[in-house]
Amino acid sequence: MSTATTRPKRRMRLDSTVIVYIALIVVIIIGAILVNTAGRNFFSLGNIRDILTGMSVLGLVAVGQTLVILTGSLDLSVPYVISLSSLLAAETMRGNPNNIAQGVLLALAFAAIAGLANGLVVTKLKVNGFIATLGVGLIIKGYLDTNYQGSAGSVPAAFQFIGATGLGPVPISTIIMLALATLVFLFLRKTRMGHHIYAVGGSLEVSRLSGLRTARPIIVAHVICSVMAGLAGLLLASRLGVGSPTVGSQGGYDLLSIAAVVLGGTILAGGRGSIWGTIGGVAIFAVLDSVMSAIQFNPFLKDVVRGVVIVAAVAIYTGRGVERRRARFATKEVQR
Amino acid sequence: MRRSINMAATVVGIAAIVALAGCTTDPSVTEPSEGDGTTEEINWFDQAVFDTQNAQRDVVPEGPEGQPYLQYIDAEMVDTSQYKVDGPKKVCFANASISNPWRITGWITMNEQLKVLQEQGAISEMETRDAQDSDDTQIADIDYFIEEGNCDLFLISPNSTAAMTPAVERACDTGKPVIVFDRGVLTDCPVTFIHPIGGFAWGIDTAEFLIDNLQEGDKVVALRILPGVDVLETRWAGAEKLFAEAGIEAVDYFTGADPAEIKKIISDELAKGDVNGIWMDAGDGGVAALEAFEDAGVDYPVMTGEDQIAFLNKWKSTGITGLAPVYSNFQWRTALLAAQKIFAGEEVPKEWVLPQKPITAEDLDEVLAVNEGMPDGHYATFGGEDLPGYPTVWQERIVP
Amino acid sequence: MSDATTAPAFGTRALNALRVLISPRGAVFLLLAILLVAITALNPNFADPGQFIRFVQRVAPIAIVAIGQYFVIVSGEFDLSVGSVIATQVVLAGNLIGQDESKIVPVTLLMIGVGILIGLINGLVTTLLRVPSFIVTLGMMLALLGIVYYVTGGSASGNPVDSFREIGRGGIRDVPIFGIIPWAVIILAVTLAVAILISKSPYGKTLIAAGDNVTTQRYSGVRVWWVKTSAFVISSLSATIAGILLVGYAGVHPSVGRGYEFIAITAVVLGGVVLGGGRGWVVAAAAGAFTLEALFTLLNFADVPSTWRDTIQGVIIIAAVAYSAVAFRARRKGRAPLASPEQGKASESAPADPAPHTTSMEG
Repeated sequence: MSTATTRPKRRMRLDSTVIVYIALIVVIIIGAILVNTAGRNFFSLGNIRDILTGMSVLGLVAVGQTLVILTGSLDLSVPYVISLSSLLAAETMRGNPNNIAQGVLLALAFAAIAGLANGLVVTKLKVNGFIATLGVGLIIKGYLDTNYQGSAGSVPAAFQFIGATGLGPVPISTIIMLALATLVFLFLRKTRMGHHIYAVGGSLEVSRLSGLRTARPIIVAHVICSVMAGLAGLLLASRLGVGSPTVGSQGGYDLLSIAAVVLGGTILAGGRGSIWGTIGGVAIFAVLDSVMSAIQFNPFLKDVVRGVVIVAAVAIYTGRGVERRRARFATKEVQR
Repeated sequence: MRRSINMAATVVGIAAIVALAGCTTDPSVTEPSEGDGTTEEINWFDQAVFDTQNAQRDVVPEGPEGQPYLQYIDAEMVDTSQYKVDGPKKVCFANASISNPWRITGWITMNEQLKVLQEQGAISEMETRDAQDSDDTQIADIDYFIEEGNCDLFLISPNSTAAMTPAVERACDTGKPVIVFDRGVLTDCPVTFIHPIGGFAWGIDTAEFLIDNLQEGDKVVALRILPGVDVLETRWAGAEKLFAEAGIEAVDYFTGADPAEIKKIISDELAKGDVNGIWMDAGDGGVAALEAFEDAGVDYPVMTGEDQIAFLNKWKSTGITGLAPVYSNFQWRTALLAAQKIFAGEEVPKEWVLPQKPITAEDLDEVLAVNEGMPDGHYATFGGEDLPGYPTVWQERIVP
Repeated sequence: MSDATTAPAFGTRALNALRVLISPRGAVFLLLAILLVAITALNPNFADPGQFIRFVQRVAPIAIVAIGQYFVIVSGEFDLSVGSVIATQVVLAGNLIGQDESKIVPVTLLMIGVGILIGLINGLVTTLLRVPSFIVTLGMMLALLGIVYYVTGGSASGNPVDSFREIGRGGIRDVPIFGIIPWAVIILAVTLAVAILISKSPYGKTLIAAGDNVTTQRYSGVRVWWVKTSAFVISSLSATIAGILLVGYAGVHPSVGRGYEFIAITAVVLGGVVLGGGRGWVVAAAAGAFTLEALFTLLNFADVPSTWRDTIQGVIIIAAVAYSAVAFRARRKGRAPLASPEQGKASESAPADPAPHTTSMEG
């Protein structure tokens, strides 16, 4: 790769994450003004806590989704993985603090298996990520619908504290989410597997020709994504005090996480993106939601705003020469 | 260069969080009693509650005549004089959602009632947060109100029973009065819990009607909206039991209230054999069910729907043998009226059981007259005939 | 092109027909046939022409949406907004026509206009603003649904006048054998015929090429943005037609059409169309819709608890796409990656198909 093409690429990458955070600041400023006109203080402790809480669950899911999208795949099964994890954890714990470790392990083990299933269907059966994870998600959904008619299990108080307490206005759940995001970020940057994830997303053909076992990064990405979804399920179980078969779908975590990832500058075709961009995207959604609730915005119009913001934000920076890069890897579309 | 920027950002971020660390916030989660190792198996049928509700159907409600939204059944009153306030009376309302026509009708009625109460000075303002059907969001909403809301009273329509319980308890802990209505929670710390008699009563009313009008061995198709919603599950649990005892063959399907889905289900059932009765756990989509019979060219079934205007109109025009059970929509008014009473220190029932009287064929004409011009998604027991906006506000159905 | 014009022996043709049936592009028809036989086995009434035509009637809306989605997917994009477009059209019909028959024509024209507009917005934002279609149509889906709920107050203001609903509910009556030929079936047939014509036209081939290899497209001087945008317009229009049918069939309700986008994409993929574009047969996409509905009907008749439906649907779509991908790869093994849309297709259409008009379309 010549330096002529590397420099604009690096400038673009720097730009997209920076743009997200600039957008976040703009949204915060507008939000603060709107909230003040409603007689509230945007920067009060309670409001900050509300926003940060709103970021925790979606942040966990979106970080996982980033990895999967980086490899050029998608994960639509996350809502059901979240729900079933919450149920497995809550039912194992049964209100007994001695069972906490077992509950957590069982939930995460299930999530890892779901991720493995996703990864294997994508790599070995050669099914597109959209269909593969849609299928696996539906399989889990059928299981949930048949076996659970409502919330189940019960989470002991010790575990509930995770969902409820914080350091100052910062909830522990947000800290955990950011810590995990940092870990994943380091994983992507520092480890070989992380680099392979970028490579496989950039071009499957070139990676294979370079001697990479292209299946592994994809499977690893899917497993990590599902485990993050499992963690999100645990967090929700902690907040709700019970497991729920609908908690995953209630939050719309599949489409919203994808939207947050794309908002954060990761391209859907894979190969380029950043965890911090995703966190920025999640933050934008959380601020939007919080502001709209504080001004008692009509709930139906909230969806309109979300839809417009998603499209507008992505339009702003994907128009910046992404196609130039895409043209070099035209066969990518065939492989998807 | 990018790498070091990201590193720097990460370090600054972590440092900022550490710097923000103050003393740990008071654990806002109170210690519930430790679990004894039993799993909560959800089996919706409860004989004791079933019997109570069965009996309550026949009790004459106490309270002002002609104002069912202020009547109560089997009430144990509680004293609220400690909550009497003279200053601002702000209500903070954590609403589960307005995602179905029943809830929207109630929401419109509630806002009309609010205007009246504000004029009287009984309530100074109401702030609402809509959770859009998400447990997690509603918990955050309640916590927001506790922290930021400056609330004098918490009004909560819970999204689900078990998951919302800790949040409701936190609201109670603030010392301000809490009113819960519609779905319940697993704590009795609220000042009052407002609801119509209940799902089992609905199940009994509807099942008995169908059993009376059908014969043993007849087939009833039950159309259910969603699984896992307690107010809907109890309806089916009650009805299912009675059908089984009476020898009626009942099959149930989940429809998501999608009329196309309802039509398909009925068409398939009609292809398999006769269908003599239709039971619905909520009336949304009832018209589609009847149209399926029309399309197949067979006789209409005996049907129970709900007090939704679309169903009532169809009932009237087709002349079917029908019944419209109600899940008294006027409870949305009662919620604010209870707030008024509490602010005034008047006593209210600890559990405010509202009357739940189904609409029979005899009542149909009168009900339709009162609700003339109302849109299809309106519910006849909205209880707002004496509010100033009647009838235009409900006819135009502009969501506040 | 192939030398399919020489007349092979009957045995060879039969063998070739069988090969097509088990090939990815034919597999959906085989699956559909198996399902229909299974349903009839469980419920012989189903084979009754009157019953069967009603089955076709109720699948018609989703099949039409699948046809529209086919064009979008073949051009390499996604359209997630179709469910919301249906809801919007259904509510427009309910609210604006009311009981006034004279309004039927103008409101229908308005609905078509709205459909075209939505398709244009989807297409232009995808092509000119370069936003991934997944995101654009996701945003459109959220926005439309929010507006619909806001305007309607979450419920219908009433079903429109019966004569308008006749389109979705009624048909030509007193027909021999079938009893009734529903308008929906006729509209479906017409839509399918038009779709086949479009896909065989130069425009249609350009569309497939756009999905297969964007670079070659651009070098060949085609205006990709126009081609792709028109695919979105086709998709929205087909959602509009489906909406008109559903107003009749189901009535006016904001939840009508919910989930159709995923069912349509599943149907198209079942029909052997590859996500990412470039190949596929529009009839197979419609057949995919029928296959899904037949599957659900079979489960109904087999008394499988409705809660397991999703699991079975999940397994089937994975199996169908895996089969298609594995079989497709087996054929392509050893060949260089496609550089042009025609390269793979010419050699693959060599076995003479019993259906001659398909040879140029799939690969």
